[in-house]
Amino acid sequence: MTSNLVSGATGDWEVVIGLEVHAQVSSNAKLFSGASATFGADPNQNVSLVDAAMPGMLPVINHECVRQAVRTGLGLKAEINLVSVFDRKNYFYADLPQGYQISQFKQPIVGEGTLRIDLPDGSSRNIGIERLHLEQDAGKSMHDQHPSKSYIDLNRTGVALMEIVSRPDMRSSIEAAAYVRKLRSILRYLGTCDGNMEEGSLRADVNVSVRRPGEALGTRTETKNLNSLRFIQQAIDFEVTRQIEIIEDGGEIDQETRLFDTTTGATRTMRSKEDAHDYRYFPDPDLLPLVIPQDEVNELAAALPELPDQIKDRLIGDYGLSAYDAAVITEERETALFYEAASAGHDRKLVANWMTVELFGALNKSGQTLTECNITPERLGGLVGLISDGTISGKIAKDVFAVMFETGGDAASIVEEKGLKQVSDSGAIEALIDAVIAENEDKVLEYRAGKDKLFGFFVGQVMKQSGGQANPGMVNQILRTKLDG
Amino acid sequence: MADMLELGAVEARAALDAREISAVELTSAYIAAAEDTAGLNNYVALTAEHALEMAAASDARIATGEAGLLEGVPIGVKDLFCTAGYTSTACSNILAGFTPTYESTVTANLWREGGVMLGKLNCDEFAMGSANETSAYGPAINPWQTADGADLVPGGSSGGSASAVAARSALLATGTDTGGSIRQPAAFCGVVGLKPTYGRCSRWGIVAFASSLDQAGPFSRNVADNALMMQAMAGFDPKDSTSADVPLQDLSAALTRGVGGMKIGIPAEYVLDGMDPEVVTIWQQGQDWLRAAGAELVDISLPHTKYALPAYYIIAPAEASSNLARYDGVRYGKRVEAESLDEMYALTRAEGFGEEVQRRIMIGTYVLSAGYYDAYYLKAQRVRRLIRNDFDTAFENVDAILTPATPSAAFPVGRKVDDPVTNFLNDVFTVPANLAGLPGMAVPAGMNGDGLPLGLQLLARPFDEATLYAAGQVLEDAAGFIANPPRRAGGVS
Amino acid sequence: MSVDKTTVAKIARLARIHVPDERQQAIATELNGILSWVDELNEVDTENVEPLASVTGHALPMRKDVVTDGDRIDEVLANVPESTGGFFVVPKVVD
Ligand SMILES: [Mg+2]
Ligand SMILES: [Zn+2]
Repeated sequence: MTSNLVSGATGDWEVVIGLEVHAQVSSNAKLFSGASATFGADPNQNVSLVDAAMPGMLPVINHECVRQAVRTGLGLKAEINLVSVFDRKNYFYADLPQGYQISQFKQPIVGEGTLRIDLPDGSSRNIGIERLHLEQDAGKSMHDQHPSKSYIDLNRTGVALMEIVSRPDMRSSIEAAAYVRKLRSILRYLGTCDGNMEEGSLRADVNVSVRRPGEALGTRTETKNLNSLRFIQQAIDFEVTRQIEIIEDGGEIDQETRLFDTTTGATRTMRSKEDAHDYRYFPDPDLLPLVIPQDEVNELAAALPELPDQIKDRLIGDYGLSAYDAAVITEERETALFYEAASAGHDRKLVANWMTVELFGALNKSGQTLTECNITPERLGGLVGLISDGTISGKIAKDVFAVMFETGGDAASIVEEKGLKQVSDSGAIEALIDAVIAENEDKVLEYRAGKDKLFGFFVGQVMKQSGGQANPGMVNQILRTKLDG
Repeated sequence: MADMLELGAVEARAALDAREISAVELTSAYIAAAEDTAGLNNYVALTAEHALEMAAASDARIATGEAGLLEGVPIGVKDLFCTAGYTSTACSNILAGFTPTYESTVTANLWREGGVMLGKLNCDEFAMGSANETSAYGPAINPWQTADGADLVPGGSSGGSASAVAARSALLATGTDTGGSIRQPAAFCGVVGLKPTYGRCSRWGIVAFASSLDQAGPFSRNVADNALMMQAMAGFDPKDSTSADVPLQDLSAALTRGVGGMKIGIPAEYVLDGMDPEVVTIWQQGQDWLRAAGAELVDISLPHTKYALPAYYIIAPAEASSNLARYDGVRYGKRVEAESLDEMYALTRAEGFGEEVQRRIMIGTYVLSAGYYDAYYLKAQRVRRLIRNDFDTAFENVDAILTPATPSAAFPVGRKVDDPVTNFLNDVFTVPANLAGLPGMAVPAGMNGDGLPLGLQLLARPFDEATLYAAGQVLEDAAGFIANPPRRAGGVS
Repeated sequence: MSVDKTTVAKIARLARIHVPDERQQAIATELNGILSWVDELNEVDTENVEPLASVTGHALPMRKDVVTDGDRIDEVLANVPESTGGFFVVPKVVD
């Protein structure tokens, strides 16, 4: 494993990162009110009198949100707390109508678990999960609509969030990004959060500190509300550099909350920080302890889908895929299902290759999603099948794929229609080779005199003459005999 | 009908069904009474027009034989209850003009059963007080008077409710009881007040003071009327997570059950140093009445009683400090304009909340703050468990407990008190039931030497309100107390 | 544990209630009176006593995941001191 240490002016530093991820629970209605949890309505449209904290309004919990939190806990191999308690976190803010957020402080619904992250070098590492709790989202303040006023929209107020807190187990921004990528993947497999970071369904607060290797933890800062993997990496890298510079200059890190500026990639102190936070948590007297029957947990566990790690292990162990390909294929459930279907009955590794290189490349370029595009699992499998049985060469297959992607249709009919079938007739290939040798007598002499590199030239010429359709293996073999013969 | 105002609710219902009177007549009489006694300041809003419409609708339903339990009965509503289309301010400036678009579950239940809303009744601001003197509308006055003619407090926080029922300007009234706010004013005004078991009446739509203690309950001039109103207002409400899905007993049937064979506990700890001897006498009297009616009196001990009040004055302000955070000038109520949001909050809340409310928010904020939570809040919650355990132990041996309702009779309005703790002592006998979640009833039992009513309190096991009505009826019959407050008898001076 | 003027200022800030300087001492005295009175709770041995936050015996009831509310902007804004275009309006907030 490569070292994660960062070198400063005075020596090496170790980076310590912990993440708090807020994931919006997939549900129809809000956590404690019957208003819709949907994104994108008109201002204050999805707001009930409970959300607006009208006098005398009371919370009643949404069962499905509880089940989603349990599913997520199970997916994180975490302990499910059959009894948990909702607390009030008290603070004043314009988009917090109650003057408190209903959250879980002392007794969260989910306790310790683990998350395995997949690193770019193909290695994996376990990151500890400290807890997962359910809480209400706040509303939205808009500060740029008026010179001296802020506008408040409570549509998000009260939407259910899962706050998933990691242990400070990550040692680089790359690991942090891998953590969020994997967490997002698991949530999407489970269907407990749509993972849409742009819409804010998944946001991360990053806690960053630096220390000399082996020493005690340094003072950390918390940079809030990062809503893309790139921002997470940028914010961490910025903080690491900033903190090392301060310490190396003899300064100290303030434990503080910081904001990330997406335009400059820098973090800055929150201006409202002079408010010493004292949230005065206490059990919400409008609610009672949340009790989940063990039977219900068992039932949810039994219905859990296969998760990316399990599938990945299978792809590596049973199908012989590389760790990297397996990680890429299993990140999204749709991709994994697509792959399973496409590769069934075909060369698993070859299908993986075609998926990760050609198909993902094409999707990237076109901006389409897997489900939108013309390539179905059957069609991709069919294409790979034609390569495997020698009907077409890999090179031809790329052209066939391009046609399939562009206009649809299956590989076999495209090959048939365009006459792209690979020439495996040794007589035909011999004839092509003879013609090439005849036209290039000088090169033949050079080759025979020891210029081995020219072999590739001959192969190229033959393939070109065949319109790419000659079986490359046979071309190689026959050429060797004729030239060396 | 000579004086409709003399009819109890049960009697009025019978007279209405027999068409001896109409709901419109009855309601008109109560509106007139409320106007006549406006000096008592027990109404903060009289909704006369609406009342007459509701009464007319009641008459129509009576005519078609569709009368509800409270059909045509005029009811006053504590201003803590949200009433759709009618200002609901908790008697606080911070909610000045607030007009809910929704109806509290309890009042909706009353209207569903045909009750007629007369108006909104005065109370302590956010129900914080024991004398109705913290109201933004000024104090409500007790219709009872001593010979010197001084204005007396009706008790609080539901002072307007008790005053109006005693003064016959409401036949029934709603109250809320967080630490005694129904039972203490009922005792001060010589009427019957019930604090139901926590969870019996929905808290939905009632301005919250301390959520784990608040309970709505009925005021009436006699025990039978109280049972009738309770039967209508109680019930499971899925909109309140703390509402209990426990069937309500047949309370009217309980009225004739008597106390024969009932064991009634007399707690040693309710004898206080320097207690008003007349209170002790009336308590003794109550015990004799119950014994004479066939009950067995049992000496019991509730050893943590003296800690109930200090525990309450940590828990209630702590919850209140959080419950009242929503009054911030952003979405409704009063707003003091300012340059910054924080300044707007601080000025709005400083001007909007009265002194007592501010004091309790400050205490509550302090006891929950970092470093003090364990020492105060958690400590109080632990003591709260011990208090509940005391009652659980006692109720293994007794069916009900009899105590005085208040340590004294009503006192003069404007009594100067330097130490806020002195005011808290009014709730000494009532607070334990709130901490333990038990049902409690105050029943008028007699008068002191100054001609002011004194009340007794009955407590029972959770969800056993029926026992309170059975024993309450026995006390009422024995006491023969007929409320006839001087300020009603002689008109308001 | 005694409350001084600084503590009063801190609590007032947390509670978002403006308390003029000249009132702070009086409030400190009042709060100290109340706090020293509640200190008698320390006489009670609460070792191994579980705090009682709720007297209700039942577990938290849950509702179905169905949209039953919202779309009532008129009611949400019915009592609003200031609004525009469906938004609540407050003095500008700076982070
Ligand atoms: Mg955070
Ligand atoms: Zn959170």
